[in-house]
Amino acid sequence: MATNPAQRREGASASRARLGDRYRAWRHHHSLSAADSLRRVLDNPVSSVLTWLVIGIAMALPAALGIALDNARAVSGSWDSPAQISLFLEAEVDERQASELQRELGERGDIDAARLVPRDAALAEFAELSGFADVVASLEQNPLPHLLLVEPAAGVDPAQLRETFAALPAVDQAVLDMAWVQRLNNIMELSRRLVLALGGVLVLGVVLILGNTIRLAIESRRDEIVIVKLVGGSNAFVRRPFLYTGLWYGVGGGFFSALLVLAALFFLDGPVSHLASLYQSGFALQGIGLIGSLQLILLGGLLGLAGAWLAVSRHLGAIEPR
Amino acid sequence: MIQFERVSKRYAEGHDALREISLEIAPDDLVFLTGHSGAGKSTLLRLIMLMDRPSRGKVRVDGRDLATIGSRGIPAHRRNIGVVFQNHQLLFDRTVFDNVALPLVIAGYDHREIGRRVRAALDKVGLLARERAMPVTLSGGEQQRVGIARAVVGRPRILLADEPTGNLDPALSAEIMALFEAFNQVGVTVLIASHDLALISRLQHRIITLRDGQLVGGAA
Repeated sequence: MATNPAQRREGASASRARLGDRYRAWRHHHSLSAADSLRRVLDNPVSSVLTWLVIGIAMALPAALGIALDNARAVSGSWDSPAQISLFLEAEVDERQASELQRELGERGDIDAARLVPRDAALAEFAELSGFADVVASLEQNPLPHLLLVEPAAGVDPAQLRETFAALPAVDQAVLDMAWVQRLNNIMELSRRLVLALGGVLVLGVVLILGNTIRLAIESRRDEIVIVKLVGGSNAFVRRPFLYTGLWYGVGGGFFSALLVLAALFFLDGPVSHLASLYQSGFALQGIGLIGSLQLILLGGLLGLAGAWLAVSRHLGAIEPR
Repeated sequence: MIQFERVSKRYAEGHDALREISLEIAPDDLVFLTGHSGAGKSTLLRLIMLMDRPSRGKVRVDGRDLATIGSRGIPAHRRNIGVVFQNHQLLFDRTVFDNVALPLVIAGYDHREIGRRVRAALDKVGLLARERAMPVTLSGGEQQRVGIARAVVGRPRILLADEPTGNLDPALSAEIMALFEAFNQVGVTVLIASHDLALISRLQHRIITLRDGQLVGGAA
């Protein structure tokens, strides 16, 4: 091998790559890492599908509950507005006066409908529903007052309307049946928080599962990491393929969770529309749609990256050439 | 090129691996580092590679005090040094080509440039025909030559070797040493740790001898 000083200088300066080349190489290594990680994930189809399923199930559970909640809200939304005011009339008001009042109320603009429940009909209904027919039959006189059921028009404050009616001389008591609406709303709020809490716990679970999977991947490639570090691989260089592995596991898990939710909805759609038709309701289940599915996949990818980052930052630094 | 100034290395368990070592290796030099096992040869190489830090004293490589290089600077420092290991340290799930290409991929070279340089390096060690082979199919001597090709492919100015002929028979060992001499002749500073005194004393190069972590010969 012949030597001259010019050659030596060239050898030394050429050992540094140019910046543009380095950027291209950096991008190249990204695509290389992505492809290599994907190949490694697909090379073990059974364990990869199991990982995807675990993540998919953990993500599908809160997603499905959230969708159930959205649907419940859609159903209950139609019940929200027509709060009903019950007007119990004074005992001395007779049925003719009561229907007179019903007609008067029916003409008001702030009322959608007013229905009269005469005291005899109310007693008959009570006797039938309560099972106390004998007791009721033994009564000398009907203790119930006439009842007017009033539905406020949309946009009218039912509480204020109740005040107005309570002041009417014929009305003994005006009761606003809001309690059940409030209870329902409270239950909905409680369920929403439960779903959120469950979702939070399961998301944490997904991150930990992925972190553990990546930790095992790191362990199985320990020798390779040592060699790469010995020949000058930076931490970012070593980290990259594992982050992509996490990404692929997460994206696959998100895809599986979307599939599971779709399958569950498909499974429930028939019975739900049958039930709705029994109630003369046009209600149909709201699905997750394309956007929802993509969001699940995106979320899965982010969780995968987070889990991989967790594992990599904990375990990669510990692997140093010895 | 490589300077040690009163360098000591004491490990956590109290063992003194190096004591007050001062030495200087000039650019273009080929130096053997010898001594029985446990004398501190590997520790000395590890300090140059920044796999360890000295307990006391100063190590300079290419004029730079290694104490000034933080952990983030270690990869860049290692890219300037080629290393050959006794146990080759090859990746057994990749081809010979990919093994040799690794330092260039890390350094961020264009793939055409990588192909050109890898083939040049494999040509120098006489393995051009085996670039698509997997390392397991190679003999011990061939694997070591792959390791050497990987060490020189980035055209480092310093080449370190830790017992590069440890597992090889005399004829193969002589071949490997001849390769190191060839790289030295094109301007690479070479430092070879070896306890094969019979072989290295034939080769007419400077020999640094360590005993129990102390310098006993060849310091000048």
